[in-house]
Amino acid sequence: MKIHIPTPLRAYTGGEQTVGVPGATVGQALQELTTAFPELRQHLYTGEGKLRSFVNIYLNDDDIRYLPQKESTPVGESDELTVIPSIAGGCEDGAADALHAICNYFCPKGAKL
Amino acid sequence: MATATLPETELPTLTNEEISRYSRHLILPEVGMEGQQRLKAAKVLCVGTGGLGAPLALYLAAAGVGTLGLVDFDTVDASNLQRQIIHSTATVGKLKVDSAEIMLKGLNPHMKVVKHNTMLTSANALEILKGYDIVADGTDNFQTRYLVNDACVLLGIPNAYGSIYRFEGQASVFATEDGPCYRCLYPEPPPPGLVPSCAEGGVLGILPGLLGMIQATEVIKHILGIGDSLAGRLLLVDALAMSFRTLKLRKNPDCPVCGTHPTVTALIDYDQFCGIERPKSVGPLEVAQNKAVADSPVVDGIPQIGVQELKRRLDAKEDFYLLDVREPHEAKIVHIGAPLIPVGELARRVGELVAQKDRKIVVHCKSGGRSQKAALILKNAGFTDVENLSGGILAWADKIDPTLPKY
Repeated sequence: MKIHIPTPLRAYTGGEQTVGVPGATVGQALQELTTAFPELRQHLYTGEGKLRSFVNIYLNDDDIRYLPQKESTPVGESDELTVIPSIAGGCEDGAADALHAICNYFCPKGAKL
Repeated sequence: MATATLPETELPTLTNEEISRYSRHLILPEVGMEGQQRLKAAKVLCVGTGGLGAPLALYLAAAGVGTLGLVDFDTVDASNLQRQIIHSTATVGKLKVDSAEIMLKGLNPHMKVVKHNTMLTSANALEILKGYDIVADGTDNFQTRYLVNDACVLLGIPNAYGSIYRFEGQASVFATEDGPCYRCLYPEPPPPGLVPSCAEGGVLGILPGLLGMIQATEVIKHILGIGDSLAGRLLLVDALAMSFRTLKLRKNPDCPVCGTHPTVTALIDYDQFCGIERPKSVGPLEVAQNKAVADSPVVDGIPQIGVQELKRRLDAKEDFYLLDVREPHEAKIVHIGAPLIPVGELARRVGELVAQKDRKIVVHCKSGGRSQKAALILKNAGFTDVENLSGGILAWADKIDPTLPKY
């Protein structure tokens, strides 16, 4: 099946916008994705292996959180997964960069949501 | 009362001059006289007059929205003009709310502009938002996104939402009576370290225009009570592929602010919620951040040096290794001759610096944020003497070599 990767995460897929992966369920497909691109893992999953709360995964047009079988939902070759990240930009110059920088100074190390 | 539900008899009348101005609306049956009167009665608040807020406010003014509130604490910078078309070369240096008012009043003198020259905070948000029919969120950071969302939910005001990143955008309408809110989609913000920044990422100038106009369209539809709102849907825009997709959004019954048993019933500390410390001063955040760094000689074990000190060491031909951790396309704009390893590749390419392991290393980037991160990576990799150039190449261009361009 195809997984659509949003711009902010393409840095971890070598620039790939769409990645084709095998897998019989949503969870397996995501597993294949993060095996192929290990750097993506920390952006999608917490240290405990749970999907991060600020990342939404859509199977076709539906949020997998609201599918009865969630990550165990079976998928076929023609299904598509889309990763929807939080983006905040309205893009003022520097403001986001500054916030980013400030965060790096003040955030507790290894802080996880 | 929202203008879409005001009885027709209570709507303001249009002057002959206004009838001429809005004739292309008046002959459109979905707008007509009554719709134009509803637009005139409407009060819309634009939070931010930046990339999204600029086109949004201009089109709402042109369309005849009677009262437009503007919230912004910033001043106009030349680098805003690549996309913030409500400002102009002549207003560089002016307050954004003043600059925006000049353009809006020039376009449509019939409208009322209410200026809020302040940073939206938990202390003032409810007071500022109260009385508006709809809010258009054109802000640029997660704290304000959550603040605007929660304030809208608490006050029962819909929020026409848009956000952008490089070539991609998202839009929706949150906090309608039965629809989901921003927290239903994103219960929590990402930890700051995982967020790619706009200034690192850049943005295609027309993209906020595209998204801001989608927000404006939703605002107008809401005022007129026509069409299918984006409430309950998330629009994904990819400008490179020129693809538009909508995904279903659901109201989360367990949402802490709009769910059946809300736990957030008043505005909270959004800086804390997002895990960041906001600069105290009102002014461009980047300036505030640089000052904060310069004030502390050592941050997380990394000594911070100023550009004057770097200049002195270069002139004295002291032995140290200067490293630039920006992106290659930034080095093409301006550089001070240092070898380049982008911060994102540093952990992987640290072996290239093995010969410098016990030498003094000074790391620089654009403004000092990424280089601090890079200095920590080097320190953790066993480098013994790593320093960060506070203020980065921008400070160098400001204080040492004014012939260099700033970007």
